[in-house]
Amino acid sequence: MSHRVLMGNEAIGRGIVECGCAVATSYPGTPASEILEAVAAFSREAAHRMHVEWSVNEKVAYEVALAASYTGKRAAVSMKQVGLNVASDPFMRSAYLGVKGGLLLVSADDPGPHSSQTEQDSRFFAMFAKIPVLDPSSPREAKEMVRLAFELSEAYEIPVMLRPTTRVCHARQAVPLLALEWEARAARFEKDPKRWCATPRFVTDLHRGLTEKLARLAADPRVAPAFFAGDGTRPRACIIGSGVAFAHTWDVLDELGVAGSVDRYQVKVPYPLPPEFIAHVHGSYERILVIEETYPVIEMQLADRRIVGRVSRLVPNEGELTPEVIRQVLATFLGLAPPPPVEGRRPPGARPTLCAGCGHRAAYYAISQTFPRGIFPGDIGCYTLGMNLGAVDTVHCMGAGISQAAGFYHAYAQDGTAFPTIVATIGDSTFFHSGIPALVNAASQQARIIVVILDNGTTAMTGHQPTPQLGVTATGAPARPVFIRDLVRASGVAFVREAEAYDVETFTGLLREADRYCRGDDGGVAVIIASSPCVLSGESGAAGTAQAVRVTEDCTGCRECLDMFECPALVWDDAGGTVGIGRAACHECGVCLHVCPTGAIVADAGGAR
Amino acid sequence: MRQRIIISGRGGQGVLTLTRVVAEAAALAGHEVITTETHGMAQRGGAVLSTIKVGAFHGPLIAPGEAEVGLFLHADNLPVHGHYLRPGGAVVVNGCAAPGHDAVDADRLAGLAGQPRGANLALLGYAAGKGILFAGPDLFEETIRQTTPAKYLEGNLGAFRAGLGASR
Repeated sequence: MSHRVLMGNEAIGRGIVECGCAVATSYPGTPASEILEAVAAFSREAAHRMHVEWSVNEKVAYEVALAASYTGKRAAVSMKQVGLNVASDPFMRSAYLGVKGGLLLVSADDPGPHSSQTEQDSRFFAMFAKIPVLDPSSPREAKEMVRLAFELSEAYEIPVMLRPTTRVCHARQAVPLLALEWEARAARFEKDPKRWCATPRFVTDLHRGLTEKLARLAADPRVAPAFFAGDGTRPRACIIGSGVAFAHTWDVLDELGVAGSVDRYQVKVPYPLPPEFIAHVHGSYERILVIEETYPVIEMQLADRRIVGRVSRLVPNEGELTPEVIRQVLATFLGLAPPPPVEGRRPPGARPTLCAGCGHRAAYYAISQTFPRGIFPGDIGCYTLGMNLGAVDTVHCMGAGISQAAGFYHAYAQDGTAFPTIVATIGDSTFFHSGIPALVNAASQQARIIVVILDNGTTAMTGHQPTPQLGVTATGAPARPVFIRDLVRASGVAFVREAEAYDVETFTGLLREADRYCRGDDGGVAVIIASSPCVLSGESGAAGTAQAVRVTEDCTGCRECLDMFECPALVWDDAGGTVGIGRAACHECGVCLHVCPTGAIVADAGGAR
Repeated sequence: MRQRIIISGRGGQGVLTLTRVVAEAAALAGHEVITTETHGMAQRGGAVLSTIKVGAFHGPLIAPGEAEVGLFLHADNLPVHGHYLRPGGAVVVNGCAAPGHDAVDADRLAGLAGQPRGANLALLGYAAGKGILFAGPDLFEETIRQTTPAKYLEGNLGAFRAGLGASR
């Protein structure tokens, strides 16, 4: 069998194609984005007829995959953990109604979190929905579990969740490759209104059926935990773990030289936990340690006062279970000498910042300069980094910026005094994802707010997935483009303007005009679409307006450009106590010409090039 | 063979590519290998860290004080990620000087070799030449050959060899 070094997400994508999946959907989000990209790549390699789509959001992605499974075909939908919050409505009901063809849901968790707004545990969500969840400890296991998930899903007619975490998604490992299968199942939807349209009077029966399915599934030998016996030196003690935390526990036990001394169980299916296993643990052990991320899902099902873990607080209730955290936990549980304390506060690394030449920086600079007392609700994406520039005051969840702006307006406006200028910013992909209903709502409620749509023509933060406006599919085929300006107009917005973000003067003028419109007799929502292609997407950031700059001897070293503008191409020269231009990083957008209070940043000789 | 390696750098310096080359090399030599890397928000110019574990390991993360080797693409990251090294661990740093550490100007070497974005591979060549990695230069050169798209191959090999040359 051949092997290939694959990232965990690529291994999952490979597994999906190997299993003959017919429809795969997703919305990008770290740490899940590479799954659908891998599906697209492997299905192209195999020349499958697979339908692969970047959906506009996770709810839509889930519903598309769900209906495909109703036809008897295999379907997969992948997302990050907070994406499942968006998809929770179809997700919860799909447990009751069940599926036909196997339906795999991949919900990638982010303990830490490294790139998310919560560190919630999708396994808990699976338990809440009453569907089984598989918890891989490595890329290799993740790929094996894709197959198991499809098999269980079809055997029990139930959606099955695979829950990798960041350290599985973004791990790399040599993974065995199987043939890329294409199952020649024809689509056949069998109408069954009592099931697919279930009105409340059918729901209790469906719920009863679900409970019975879960009981049968919990007794399936394929979901039993794996057992690794100790040598008997620590009788009646055991460690139960799942996911990558189990893998790290194994490595730490090795490092401590005590790996073989204690019984270990790897739970591969944390929910439903087999009753037989629960009884076995209760009857065989006096001291039981449970290590899992991020919430006590296994621990709560074992529910026993002898268990140490998150409930007893030996395992921290927050944060990632890194080897150093696990080392402390194991030393206490096994009565070993405490490891040396982990180094205290480390000097901070460079904080994330917008790229040199990024159009978002230009837009944010203009917004914060034009409305120094404004309120700035932001949103999720690269442009969240506008908080560094004082132009993002709130970041909550996808699409929340526009609704929050409306909420701010209504709260201030009713006081009868002048309301502050409120400017919401939202990226193009986020606007499609969940900004549209928020905009319709704000327009119909006549919220006097400015909405700046930062259109960089891509989903930049997660690796440049296409948006519906680009007119290209996940596999690179042409698609019908859907235009943001059309959607904005159709949302009931009367004031719509478009500008290039780099053109600071024009953009600032539009901001003032928008503010006047908001405050006018019949004012409402004003939308400005600020376009500038992502500097990482291959197109030159400031195409056509390239403007080299230099710093003159007038630089006083006040650092305003560094602190307020924070462009990576502006570099501090310690020796001279002044600022210089990092030529390699500079995109020559020319926006910093507006920034220096002493006018020391000037067009380089030759002017515009 | 058991070796734990950290690769530390800034977003955009090629930490991910370097991680991948080292992992592919380990697999090519028939070793078990598992790595992890930084994606998402932190990539936007922040300090990024990859870990590589060669040998019979299960999880990808390395605890502070465990790494045998550190490859630093940015000298400013030494105080940020240096504590992952075990006492006596081998460190190479991309930079003009890094007091107490073995430094090489990988950016300059890569630029001279005609691959300005190849500092990561120049640093790899340097480390391989110093004999601090689980395999010698030949394995890494072969890996670069097998994994690099044709249009970048010459430049990448040039950067790697420039680093290798500087180690001698």
